[in-house]
Order: sequence, then structure tokens, then C-alpha cells
Amino acid sequence: MSNELTLDKTDGHTPTIGEPLLQLSGLQKHFPVMDGFLFKRQVGAVHAVDGVDLTVHANESVGLVGESGCGKSTLGRLVTRLYEPTAGTITYAGQDISHAGRKQLAPIRSEIQMIFQDPYSSLNPRQTVGAIIGAPMEINGINPPGGIQKKVQELLETVGLNPEHYNRFPHEFSGGQRQRIGVARALSLSPKLIVADEPVSALDVSIQAQVVNLLQQLQKDLGIAFLFIAHDLAIVRHFSQRVAVMYLGKIVEIADRQSLYESPRHPYTHALLSAVPEADPDDDRERIRLVGDVPSPINPPSGCRFRTRCWKAQEKCATEEPPLVQLSGNLDGHLTACHFPEDGGLAAAPAAV
Amino acid sequence: MTTQAKPEETAAPGGSSSFLSVRDLSVRFRTEDGVVRAVDNLSFEVERGTTLGIVGESGSGKSVTNLAILGLHNPANSEITGSIKLAGQELVGAPNKELEKLRGHTMSMIFQDPLTALSPFHTIGAQIGETYRKHTGASKKEARDRSIEMLTKVGIPQPTTRVDDFPHQFSGGMRQRAMIAMSLVCDPALVIADEPTTALDVTVQAQILDLLKELQQEMGTAIILITHDLGVVAKTAKDIMVMYAGRAVERGTVREVLKAPQHPYTWGLLSSMPNLTGPVGVPLRPVRGTPPSLINLPTGCPFNPRCDHLEQVIGGKCTTERPPLAPEAGHATACHLSSGQKQEIFIDQIQPRLG
Ligand SMILES: Nc1ncnc2c1ncn2[C@@H]1O[C@H](COP(=O)(O)OP(=O)(O)OP(=O)(O)O)[C@@H](O)[C@H]1O
Ligand SMILES: Nc1ncnc2c1ncn2[C@@H]1O[C@H](COP(=O)(O)OP(=O)(O)OP(=O)(O)O)[C@@H](O)[C@H]1O
Ligand code: SF4
Ligand SMILES: [Mg+2]
Ligand SMILES: [Mg+2]
Repeated sequence: MSNELTLDKTDGHTPTIGEPLLQLSGLQKHFPVMDGFLFKRQVGAVHAVDGVDLTVHANESVGLVGESGCGKSTLGRLVTRLYEPTAGTITYAGQDISHAGRKQLAPIRSEIQMIFQDPYSSLNPRQTVGAIIGAPMEINGINPPGGIQKKVQELLETVGLNPEHYNRFPHEFSGGQRQRIGVARALSLSPKLIVADEPVSALDVSIQAQVVNLLQQLQKDLGIAFLFIAHDLAIVRHFSQRVAVMYLGKIVEIADRQSLYESPRHPYTHALLSAVPEADPDDDRERIRLVGDVPSPINPPSGCRFRTRCWKAQEKCATEEPPLVQLSGNLDGHLTACHFPEDGGLAAAPAAV
Repeated sequence: MTTQAKPEETAAPGGSSSFLSVRDLSVRFRTEDGVVRAVDNLSFEVERGTTLGIVGESGSGKSVTNLAILGLHNPANSEITGSIKLAGQELVGAPNKELEKLRGHTMSMIFQDPLTALSPFHTIGAQIGETYRKHTGASKKEARDRSIEMLTKVGIPQPTTRVDDFPHQFSGGMRQRAMIAMSLVCDPALVIADEPTTALDVTVQAQILDLLKELQQEMGTAIILITHDLGVVAKTAKDIMVMYAGRAVERGTVREVLKAPQHPYTWGLLSSMPNLTGPVGVPLRPVRGTPPSLINLPTGCPFNPRCDHLEQVIGGKCTTERPPLAPEAGHATACHLSSGQKQEIFIDQIQPRLG
């Protein structure tokens, strides 16, 4: 079977993981909450990202999953420096860029690219597709062999769009087609790190497969590192060598994909995996229903932030914040933040293929 | 509106026994490059209290179909033919005033993209309340209480304070929940949900789908659920319609279509999804080729340039003759392969691929 658009050279080898490329340490982003009638004053803050330590190596894809609103996009925007961190550091290729100014950032701006969650608002409706995809090259004064138009048309083809669509406007495309335009744009500068925020969630499963194969091929051939934010746990598992689970601004568990999916320890990870819908009407896995208060990121619960919905919670969980550490029985690099972890058994996924 | 005194028991074509009945619907757009046939002779029905899942390639006309039901296409550049009957009332060609009354009240839509449906200038609570007041004449106070109630239902933390937030202060998933709250605020009889949970994590997704199901059980709501996620369809829908190039290529119950799919495009869909236990080192398996141009559809079966099985059809009909969706009722496909071939190919080649 020939798959024209599949880059079917991806072999079974995990790419060799390189040096640390991106290091986040104690990273925080708090959004002020204002109140007051005439004189606005700050009455609190949304703790969107609240002390995240994370390393992404060259050539590696790290998946980031977690509840809607837990701070994944905010984290992505901190990394691409669309947001200024409230505290903590971001180190890129050995250089502290936490508060780097425009000038200092200029040389690395093209190396870190973002693919957005929302294919609608991230494309300028007044620009043609050609102009949108070509813009980063133009802004950065890059002239690819054959010219920008040719490169754009190649990129269109790479992402499964018709090169004839060069002169069309975003509104003429379906949701999925627009997201592919965003992918093409991010690829135009040959970046080293791509923060992909829900890059395939608007795509149909076949195009999803194409784009994931494409990104995987790019990762392998060009050594691009990814911070891959997604809700689809099967896609994340397929694409990312390591996976971090976030809950309310913090990483609660991180491990290589096999450990995470086969022996999750954090109760929240269990709940997530159990809720993945399988395309099988006979699938009767018991879903863990999270009950209890959905906590507020303005007043996060004391101790463990998951405790208000956790079935294992005890008093200690309210008074002491569980550190993100390697639990006994876990492999190297498998870190969990929980006082009363589940015993690494398979949570949700049935064992057999 | 006059309805037949006693609708025939068997939903004969053209019969209007179904709550929603779409017959030979076509939607065409005039563009600079030519006429886009976004929806082409599509027919389907939805009963009260049931969910129809619509899946299919991006650009296959899922959203366009449902915008047509809601009467939201711009008549200046679109042409709609065929019939859409909601509880016996013809919607194609109905005056805009009439449709406006129905929208938000009798039928409502949960959009794929919350940002286009929510205004950035008004608080979430104001927007939910406004819809409620417009259709029920409730007071401001009642509308606000109702907004908070709806936000609680969809799981927004601290609804009493977040009701006064603006859309940009919500995360993607929270905006989606807010919009769901807005579309359900009047207890509509038909809910069209266009990728309602794409932006949500799986636990919240499961909650939202539960919420829709509860509403359906309570109120007998008919739901059209458009999604790319076959898992979501498997968990929520009774029937599935698979669309390709503006047409239905396969239709049946969830069990029929997911357990014994019969159309090569459906096989392609199922084969391209990764699962939680499959091998990770191998590339995924997308449907080969590119989506067809809706301006110049391939002759014969619109899927033929991408199909792996057309040589098996006797007489080369795939490139000359358009296969109809058959049989008329029950599990149906639009493909020239014989039913024996379909079964054999599925069991020998496709099933072993699916995890
Ligand atoms: N500009 C902002 N101002 C105030 N609060 C914000 C802002 N952006 C995000 N937030 C809040 O920060 C929290 C994290 O939001 P974020 O968008 O990062 O979540 P997410 O994990 O990406 O969620 P989703 O999966 O739904 O996209 C949310 O509570 C959100 O309301
Ligand atoms: N206003 C318009 N003018 C011209 N073409 C349009 C217009 N709206 C939609 N189309 C075209 O109609 C086709 C069907 O689009 P539609 O939005 O229904 O796709 P979809 O199945 O919902 O896809 P997705 O899953 O990506 O949302 C697409 O090819 C699209 O480009
Ligand atoms: S630390 Fe306690 S509350 Fe938190 S997840 Fe573990 S058991 Fe639950
Ligand atoms: Mg997000
Ligand atoms: Mg759509």
C-alpha cells in the first residue's frame, strides 16, 4: 500500500535524545485579578502556572496533558515568551531568556516556534494563505532557494493542502484545513523547538495521522524538539517519548511514555487514562468519575491541589504539598507528586493489543 | 404547518415521521474559482431522544450541513436546495425571522470554535443571560441566576464570580463549557454540537457528554454530534453517518459502522487512529492522497482516487458511475464493491490492523 503523503521512513528507533535544550525551573505565571469600581486594584491572581520544573532535550518530544485550564497553553506561551514569567527561569540552549528583551531574543525567535490551538483566531483573515505562510520568512529576511512562493507551495503540499490554494483566504477553508496552514507557517523557519498547542485536535483522524507522521519525520530528520500539548492521550503516547501530566498549574507526574501509560502512580493520571473514549462499542472499562469541587486557580487548595477530588486523600494531603519525586518501584525519570500513590498497576488501558 | 395526519410507520423517503428529516440537501457556494458543492444530495433523519454522530474528513461538509439546518448561510453566496423538516416544519426557504425564533430556543448549536460564538466585549454571564431573556422574557436577575446555574452544570469552578469574567479570561476548555452552557440555557429540542469537546481534556469531555446525555434523557432532545473522534461517537451516539465530499458514504448504528464497517473510507478512518496500546515506533496510517476538490469532483465514486480497492470492482464502474447509498434503510454504504467483497476485505485486511 503506498501512502503518498506518509513519510513512511520513520523506523522503530527512538531518536537519540540530545543535550538539554529548554530548561524550566520554578516557572510561574500569575494573572492579576482586578476589582473595584473607580480605582481598580488587584484582589488576587490566577495561578495559571505555579512552579513548573521541566527539561526538553534536543531531538525529544515531551507531551503535556492535563485538565482544561490547568495552564498548558500558558506554559507554552511562557516558553515562546509571549508571556512574561512571574517567577522562575527559562533557559534555552544554555541562555537565560526568562526576561530577555526584544534584542536579546531576536536571534532565537526563529528557533522557537508555536503552533496554536485555535485555527480560527490565529490566522489573519485579510491575508492570503501564501502571505500568512511566507510572512515569517519575509520578516526574518530568509530567501529560500527558488523563492518564497515556491517554498510556501512546497509547505502547503507537505501539510496536505493543494498548492493552488496559495491565493485563497483563511475563511475559505474548513477548520481542519486552517490548522494545516498554521503548521506550514511554523515549519517555514526550520525551527529547533516547536511548542505545539493542540496542533492536531481540529483535524480529522486521517489528516491527524498525516500531520503526526510529518512532525515525527521532521523531529527525526531535523532534530526538532517538541513541547506537544494535547488532550488526545493516544496521540500523545504515539508522538512523545516523555509525557508530563499537569493539574492546576503544576506537574503532578512525569515519565517516559511506557511507564506513564502502563504504570501510572498519580490518581489524576489514572482518572485521565480511564476517561479516554475508545472507538469500540463493547469497551466497558470503568471510568473514574471525578467528583468534588473543581478547585479555583485563584485560591488553589492547600497541600495537594488534587485533594478536593481525590479518592485517596487523607489529612496529610491538605497540610503538606507532595513533592514531585521518584517513588520506590518507579523507573528513573518517573516522578510523581502524591502522598498516597496508586500501586503502579495498569489503570485504564487493557493490557492486550 | 400541516403535518400528515398519520405519518407512515416506515420512514419512507420524503416521509416526515422523524423529528428532523433532511432530504436531498445540497449546498453550493459561488467562489472565484467556481461553484463549490459543499453538500451534495444528502439525506438523513434524527429521532427525538437520539443522537446521530456525523464523522468524516475535514472539509466534507459536516459544518455546512448543520449551518444549513440552522439557516445560517449567507444567501448572497450560497444556494440551498432540498428539504429540511424540523417537527414537520420546512426550514429551507423559511423566512429569516422564523428561523431566528427557532434558533437558540427550539434548536441550538454548540460551535467548534467558542471564540466566534462568544463576544469579547460582554461577560460570559451577560451572554448566557441575554440568550435566556431573549427567548423566555425572564428578568435580569432570573437570567443571572440561570447563567450561574448553567455554569455550575458545565463544571466551571466558582461560577458565582466567574460569571462576570470576559471570554479571554477563560482557558480554551472553559470557553467551550461556557458556550455549551449558553446553547443549553433554553432547553432546546434539537442540539447541534459541532466538535463540542475537541478543546477539552478527556475527563471534562466525559462530563460534557454525560451532561448532554442527561439532558437528552430528561427532555427527549435530539442531538447531532459532529466529531472527528470515533471514540466519542462510540460512547454517545445511536447512529453514525460517515461523510465524504459532501455525501454520506456510510450510515448505520454505532455498532454496525464501528464493528463491521463496509466502506473503504471508513476503513481508512479507523486504520489511521492510534490507540492506547498499539506500537509507537511505526508511522500512523492515513488515508493516502489528498481531499478532492469540491469544485471538480472526480467522476464516479468521489473516493476513487484514494481507494485501494477499486480494481476489485468489476467493469471499472468506480471511475464512471456514482455509487448510491444503499440499501435505503439500515446499514448502508455508497460503494460498488459487493457486500461479500466488503465483508471479506474487512475481515482479512482491515480488522487485523485495528488494535
Ligand atoms: N490572559 C489571561 N488573563 C487571566 N487569566 C488567564 C489568562 N489566560 C489564561 N488565564 C487563566 O489561566 C488558567 C490556565 O489557562 P490555560 O489557557 O493555560 O489552560 P490550558 O491548560 O491551556 O487549558 P485548555 O486545555 O482548556 O486549553 C485558566 O484558569 C485561565 O482562565
Ligand atoms: N462560505 C464558503 N465559501 C466557499 N466555500 C466554503 C464556504 N464554507 C465552507 N466552504 C467549503 O465547503 C466545504 C465543507 O466545509 P465544512 O466546513 O462543512 O467542512 P467540515 O466537514 O465541517 O470540516 P472540518 O471537520 O474541518 O470542520 C469545504 O471544502 C469548505 O472549504
Ligand atoms: S497527594 Fe493525596 S490528594 Fe493528592 S493525589 Fe495523592 S492521595 Fe490524592
Ligand atoms: Mg490551552
Ligand atoms: Mg466543521
